Amino acid sequence: MAVCIAVIAKENYPLYIRSIPTENELKFHYMVHTSLDVVDEKISALGKALVDQRELYLGLLYPTEDHKVYGYVTNSKVKFVMVVDSSNTALRDNEIRSMFRKLHNSYTDVMCNPFYNPGDRIHSRAFDSTVTSMMTQVC
Amino acid sequence: MDAPEEPLPPVIYTMENKPIVTCAGDQNLFTSIYPTLSQQLPREPVEWRRSYGRAPKMIHLESNFVQFKEELLPKEGNKALLTFPFLHIYWTECCDTEVYKATVKDDLTKWQNVLKAHSSVDWLIVVVENDAKKKNKTNILPRTSIVDKIRNDFCNKQSDRCVVLSDPLKDSSRTQESWNAFLTKLRTLLLMSFTKNLGKFEDDMRTLREKRTEPGWSFCEYFMVQEELAFVFEMLQQFEDALVQYDELDALFSQYVVNFGAGDGANWLTFFCQPVKSWNGLILRKPIDMEKRELIQKQEATLLDLRSYLFSRQCTLLLFLQRPWEVAQRALELLHSCVQELKLLEVSVPPGALDCWVFLSCLEVLQRIEGCCDRAQIDSNIAHTVGLWSYATEKLKSLGYLCGLVSEKGPDSEDLNRTVDLLAGLGAERPETANTAQSPYKKLKEALSSVEAFEKHYLDLSHATIEMYTSIGRIRSAKFVGKDLAEFYMRKRSPQKAEPYLQGALKNYLAEGWALPITHTRKQLAECQKHLGQVENYLQTSSLLASDAHLTEEERKHFCQEILSFASQQTESPGHKIVLPMHSFAQLKSLHFDPLNAVVHVGGVLSVEIMLWSQMPISVHVEQITVSVHFSIEKNNYRKTAEWLTKHKTSNGIVHFPQEPVPFPASQNSLPALELYEMFERSPSDNSLNTTGIICKNVHMLLRRQESSSSLDVPSTVALEDGAHVLKCSSVTLEPGPNKVLFRTQAKEPGTYTLRQLCASMGPLWFVLPHVYPIVQYDVYSQEPQLHVEPLADSLLAGIPQKVKFTVMTGHYTVKSGDSLQLSNAEAMLILCPAENRAVIYSNTREKFSDTSLRIQSSGKVTSISLPAAPAYHLIEFELDVLSLPSAPASRGDSVQPALKEPPGSCPERPAASQGMVTTDHKVSIDCPWSIYSTVIALTFSVPFQTTHTLLSAGTRKYVQICVQNLSELDFRLSDSTLTDTGDSADLDLVPLNTQSQQLFHSQQSVFFVWELKWTREPPPALHCCFSVGFSPASEERLSVSLQPYTYEFQVENFFTLYNVKAEIFPPLGMEYCKTGSLCSLEVSITRLSDLLEVDKDEALTESEEYFTTKLMYEVVDNSSNWAVCGKSSGLLSMPVAAQATHRVHMEVMPLFAGHLPFPDVRLFKYLPHHSAHSSQLDADSWIENDSLSVDKHVDDAVDSSSIKSRGSMHSTSSTEHRGLPMPRLQAFPPGQVFNSSIGMQVFVIPSKEDHVLEVSVT
Repeated sequence: MAVCIAVIAKENYPLYIRSIPTENELKFHYMVHTSLDVVDEKISALGKALVDQRELYLGLLYPTEDHKVYGYVTNSKVKFVMVVDSSNTALRDNEIRSMFRKLHNSYTDVMCNPFYNPGDRIHSRAFDSTVTSMMTQVC
Repeated sequence: MDAPEEPLPPVIYTMENKPIVTCAGDQNLFTSIYPTLSQQLPREPVEWRRSYGRAPKMIHLESNFVQFKEELLPKEGNKALLTFPFLHIYWTECCDTEVYKATVKDDLTKWQNVLKAHSSVDWLIVVVENDAKKKNKTNILPRTSIVDKIRNDFCNKQSDRCVVLSDPLKDSSRTQESWNAFLTKLRTLLLMSFTKNLGKFEDDMRTLREKRTEPGWSFCEYFMVQEELAFVFEMLQQFEDALVQYDELDALFSQYVVNFGAGDGANWLTFFCQPVKSWNGLILRKPIDMEKRELIQKQEATLLDLRSYLFSRQCTLLLFLQRPWEVAQRALELLHSCVQELKLLEVSVPPGALDCWVFLSCLEVLQRIEGCCDRAQIDSNIAHTVGLWSYATEKLKSLGYLCGLVSEKGPDSEDLNRTVDLLAGLGAERPETANTAQSPYKKLKEALSSVEAFEKHYLDLSHATIEMYTSIGRIRSAKFVGKDLAEFYMRKRSPQKAEPYLQGALKNYLAEGWALPITHTRKQLAECQKHLGQVENYLQTSSLLASDAHLTEEERKHFCQEILSFASQQTESPGHKIVLPMHSFAQLKSLHFDPLNAVVHVGGVLSVEIMLWSQMPISVHVEQITVSVHFSIEKNNYRKTAEWLTKHKTSNGIVHFPQEPVPFPASQNSLPALELYEMFERSPSDNSLNTTGIICKNVHMLLRRQESSSSLDVPSTVALEDGAHVLKCSSVTLEPGPNKVLFRTQAKEPGTYTLRQLCASMGPLWFVLPHVYPIVQYDVYSQEPQLHVEPLADSLLAGIPQKVKFTVMTGHYTVKSGDSLQLSNAEAMLILCPAENRAVIYSNTREKFSDTSLRIQSSGKVTSISLPAAPAYHLIEFELDVLSLPSAPASRGDSVQPALKEPPGSCPERPAASQGMVTTDHKVSIDCPWSIYSTVIALTFSVPFQTTHTLLSAGTRKYVQICVQNLSELDFRLSDSTLTDTGDSADLDLVPLNTQSQQLFHSQQSVFFVWELKWTREPPPALHCCFSVGFSPASEERLSVSLQPYTYEFQVENFFTLYNVKAEIFPPLGMEYCKTGSLCSLEVSITRLSDLLEVDKDEALTESEEYFTTKLMYEVVDNSSNWAVCGKSSGLLSMPVAAQATHRVHMEVMPLFAGHLPFPDVRLFKYLPHHSAHSSQLDADSWIENDSLSVDKHVDDAVDSSSIKSRGSMHSTSSTEHRGLPMPRLQAFPPGQVFNSSIGMQVFVIPSKEDHVLEVSVT
């Protein structure tokens, strides 16, 4: 169960960010923003690898005392960042991976919408519900 | 496992440990060999094949050789591995059978029995051979025999358990060989023992692990067992394997904690749930922390103890493996997970205790890593360690807050108590760090001791962390730590130190468009700026915050109120302005002009309505809103003309302004949108397209260097423009959301006005929008009055009433009633004044203003049109009927040719290109009331008809045919066609042969009129005629004016027939018909029809004795090749000038074809001999032309006459030529003088019989 899910544009501004309502939203914004440092680092490390072999999943970006931050980057350099509660030990790498894949699919649907302007904030009900399902579902 | 029974004290420093090998037998012998053995054994690696599919490894074996004691052998159930003797060796030097039998064999048997009792099968008997001994004792058996005996006695089937070592202390090749064989054997056996014993141990261990669900199972016991294995691996230098053991333990424990959290608690875990009493951090400086190990062994360890011990072991092994960065990474994970686990297990922890533990641990790990790496390595691996630095900083911060070290006042007693408790939990400093000045323990103790010390340590840590983050490019993390630092400074009441950090962070967030962090940081910054007394910055931040939708309504109102109260209080210092950017206060959304096209004439009223979107949460009263306007005079600007106005109309005139780029980061949206325009470049000569392209008009905006500090430095760059031209609107209350503000201005000077700045002022506060973009302009124009006259139709037709449109553009002139246009018209053009004429007045924007009647007075040559009164910058439009008149022939004289006259001579008409119509221009001079100068307007009329005339003859009877062609698009009705003789020859009669008096004349048709000429006396040589026909447009039944008829003047000369030519063809004699191929006779008779006439007076005429003769030449030509003229086809003849004089000429012609053949042509020419010396021969044309003039005069004054007639000059040149080479010439008769009576006649020719051969060729 994610506590915060963010989609960040190539230029590093948030396209979508949502966190569980019980916790301070601001904290997650700071956390996700800070995690971009590691995302950038990982992307530049990945950049050296061959394009077709590139792994989209960036893995654990960095742990904090209470949360774990995972990253994922699409081929168009749109970043997904997911914050997971550290106490939620049930979430393993594989689950995180599949959640990211699900998120990516949903994001692709958003992009396919002809009325969506790439680079705009995401206001999609379908995407919202995907995110909601990831934030509530107990894996 | 019961500790007291343990024979040896629990171990041990594993590094010094080596697998134990016991030595029995001859101790002296072993002692002598030991140095070589211990040196040689590890020299070569040996491959260790592992069970369970583990990868084989090359290891260097070492051993700890101890004297064999029975106590060394492990008892049943003892799981200690470190003390386990892996191999037992019996050394003997015996080479004497007797000695063997006496002592050695017994000893060996005893040894074997002991081993068997402990079921140890890992043994080896070494027989050392010594040549020296052999030599001494001659009675020895061959050496093999002893070895064989031993093998026989002890090694039933394991003959390899007995080895011979020859001369071990010598330096010979044989010795070397023997050593190698022995060592290989030893290694193999050792490995075999390892494999067997460790395998057994692992099996036992696994069995124990499988029992973990049983109630009595203890993690600590199991821990000890598995650690034993780890120790052995470590002893064998297999750190990787050793680490695996610890990792397995780690994972097992973690899983238990997780299961506990899930409600599946194991009993033993409750031991670890004791309240945390000690938090002295990790200890990594010793390979094995025996204190903690003992605690675990005693099952008294707390969770932190266990974790600390486990990590210290992992750390040691990782460092052995040269993986210090993994230590750092694992440390961070460990610290995080410990904190989580304590939470999960609900272990009670005093506040701050964990912070201490984490802080100490972080520093311990960092120092441990620093201790084993050099500076360069550390610097290049900051990415791995910086997390620990940051974590330590964070923890120290929270400790500081907890212990009241951050507050301004310093810690209170409660804080101090808490500090004392925390320090107590640290215990005493460990001996191994006691001498280190910078030990984590000392640091923490010092930091918690006083406010100042804390500040120092905290700042040190923070700066170090920021620096590290910055150095590896983790700017965001650095800023985030910086923000913490700023918070700290704010607590310490040093806002000046906090500000740069806040600004730095804010810039970062702004650059990447993170709204919530922006808002939060701004809020902090606002507080900071307030403390610093940065009024402008504070107000600007406040305005930004007041418009920030992420804040609550109350917060926004608070910040808005801050602005308003500032605006109201500082009225005593006039002139001091605080200029702030407007975008946070209000946004310019749209703008529109009235009039919509934003073009107004001088003196006109222009209003600009802007839509301002107030961002403030409450309604704000603004004293004044101004728009400063830049004025520029642009000469020759097409935009300013009324023509432009009437042709260009904007769709709705609303200019929309793009959304301010607030929510998106600078990188993306601060760039203005591309402004692209089409570009066409035409060649100046023929207006053809040369180049086309797209121009980006704001390249300078797009391609300029990105300023790193754009958004924050705005206040300093906003400059208030002092423009002379300002649109003002006072006392406006801006409600939240959209507001309309209306500016009105009266246009003064003509030019272009560009809106530059929008400015809202509240007391000393000025909110300024520095640039109104996209560019908005309005134009003020001044226009001279103008009059345009243009035909309503494509072209004007002469002779009938045509409509002409008059447009008066009043411009700056106001038309008063009584103003009139004075048209001094040419008399050939009539201005028709109908009773009712209406004029329409439009405004410049093409809106109808009024509709009045127009008074037109015509008197003589002046037509006066009284204009209706009209205000300036309006259009007056009306239509007039004009009629281009054919002027009366009498009055015209010899000046300009009348319009509707078509004399055959030259005239200034120019044929219209399209229709071939002849046009004529009428110039009308108009006096306008606004100007002292007359306006001259040329109207071009086209003559709708084209007329030609032909003279027709029938013998001596003459007819005139007139052909009128309608070239226009209109249909006409023709009437009253007349032909009059203007020469006034009374004896001439023109008899019309036309029957219809009225005729419809369609467009593009021709009408023919014919008159017969009759005369009573001798006809005149030339006849001047005038044709006239009345016409009116067929579409109009009645016309208000009587139209002038269309006239056509022409003259006919030499129309009287002088000669009659008659040709006859006769068949050959005796034939009824002409026949092809046979000669026929052609008889031409030329008959003179009149006596001597005026026209005969030329060079051909010869006079002799009252008789006049003239020379003629005839010619028979058949152009259609029907006839072959045989013999002479032409000839001269002298014709007497007398009536009925006849010449006959015979000729032979042969028809070439059968059928009705037209006669060949017979042509008659005048023959002009060259004998006359002064004669200047004129060609036929000029002869006709000059007929009316005296020939002699003309020849003499050739040069003079050339100025009158262009052909005159040609005469003179041709005459000079002829004078030089006089030749007889032929001259054609004018039409009408010769009548060919046989023209059109045909003769029937039958085909000749002989020619009836039909050639048919068949192939």
